[in-house]
Amino acid sequence: MSTPRYIKDVVTLRLDVEKCNGCALCTQVCPHAVFAMEERRARIADRDACMECGACAKNCAQGAISLSPGVGCAHAIIRQWLSGEEPRCDC
Amino acid sequence: MSECCGPPQSCCCDAPPEYAYSPQLFVTGTVDTLAGPVERISTQLGASDKRGAVRVRLGIRRGDYRVRPALYAVGSPDDTSPVLVTCNYKLTFDVVRRELAGRDAWLLVLDTRGVNVWCAAGKGTFGTAEVVRMVRKVRLDQIVGHTRLVLPQLGATGVAGHEVRSRCGFSVNWGPVRASDLPIFLDAGMTATPEMRAVRFPLADRAKLVGVEMSVLWRRTSLVLLGLAAVIAIVLSQVAPEMLGRFGLTVLACILGVLAGAAVAPLLLPWVPGRAFSLKGALVGVAVVGGTVAVVTAGDVPLWDWGLVAIGTAIASYTAMNFTGSSTFTSPSGVDWEMRRAIPLQLAALTAGIALIVVSLIAG
Repeated sequence: MSTPRYIKDVVTLRLDVEKCNGCALCTQVCPHAVFAMEERRARIADRDACMECGACAKNCAQGAISLSPGVGCAHAIIRQWLSGEEPRCDC
Repeated sequence: MSECCGPPQSCCCDAPPEYAYSPQLFVTGTVDTLAGPVERISTQLGASDKRGAVRVRLGIRRGDYRVRPALYAVGSPDDTSPVLVTCNYKLTFDVVRRELAGRDAWLLVLDTRGVNVWCAAGKGTFGTAEVVRMVRKVRLDQIVGHTRLVLPQLGATGVAGHEVRSRCGFSVNWGPVRASDLPIFLDAGMTATPEMRAVRFPLADRAKLVGVEMSVLWRRTSLVLLGLAAVIAIVLSQVAPEMLGRFGLTVLACILGVLAGAAVAPLLLPWVPGRAFSLKGALVGVAVVGGTVAVVTAGDVPLWDWGLVAIGTAIASYTAMNFTGSSTFTSPSGVDWEMRRAIPLQLAALTAGIALIVVSLIAG
């Protein structure tokens, strides 16, 4: 089974290639193979596979990756709409 | 209602609370180290471990299936043995120690309040601070002569490897996603293949989550609603017994809608058309509820039947949408996108369905 697909063209993932030092940690921590290395710099190879978990940004010591992480969970987002609080899950 | 609403989120946790831990039957002895005795654990799962796994899969007291956070020894480790880090959800701990059978290793168990690695990383409890705290607490630098930690890849949402290194001197090696790949990973000199780094969502995993999802539904409002339905049925049998069949069918349509969205759609996930979970749920709902209503009534009261299909579809769409929280690939931006479009449609279908039934009642 290939990587499952979700809604296209919505994720907030951004990569500033200028800041990349080629450590390739983003390719290691990403669970959906979003990044690839090209000429010793990272590039976003498969943006629509991104689930915005934030592992790449957290482990980019250069601060080259940005995204607005959140909870990919309808239940939590409904609670956020109702309460105005940050989305949280009860897991 | 979900197994896990996925990473990441703001940390909800204050100081680690003190919990009572069950007797740790997996401890078989101790290993002496410069930092004192370390408990040695078995790599065999016993009957109680297997019973516990079934229990939490059914969602029964899933929140307190914990292992005491500490450093444990597997086999006869020495100062050169690898240090693996995991969470203190016992289901995870059990899988990890089983995969380490026949090896000498150290297993550092963090306090994640009994939550699995990925969810805990999202909450921040499987986080940089907790790694550093436990490394210091167990005095790891006195136990091993190297400075490498192997962390599960899914912990990367909460742990910044470079910060762990700067704060406690130990560097983070990202291990495989699945514990079952640990033996190959360790044998290959701590290198993971792209396959080991990828999160999939196979049928077996979806089936396990459906079990939890259903158990949660069962406990909550559904019992109250079923009780309410029973009361209405009893009243109906006294005042309008001829309506009893209709009412029963209506209740059935609602239950089937929930099952279609919370169980059938998740199980058939890759094969149902569409990307939005709400669309997948609606399609399965139409098929399951529509099919059942058509078979049961053979077009007896068409207006009412259409109402039931609309209501069942709305319910299936909504419950399937909630499975996004259990899935391993839905982005929050995507969930937000689909909810803004799907919820108005779900409400419209529900309203239309109720209206059709009311019209059908008035028309007699």
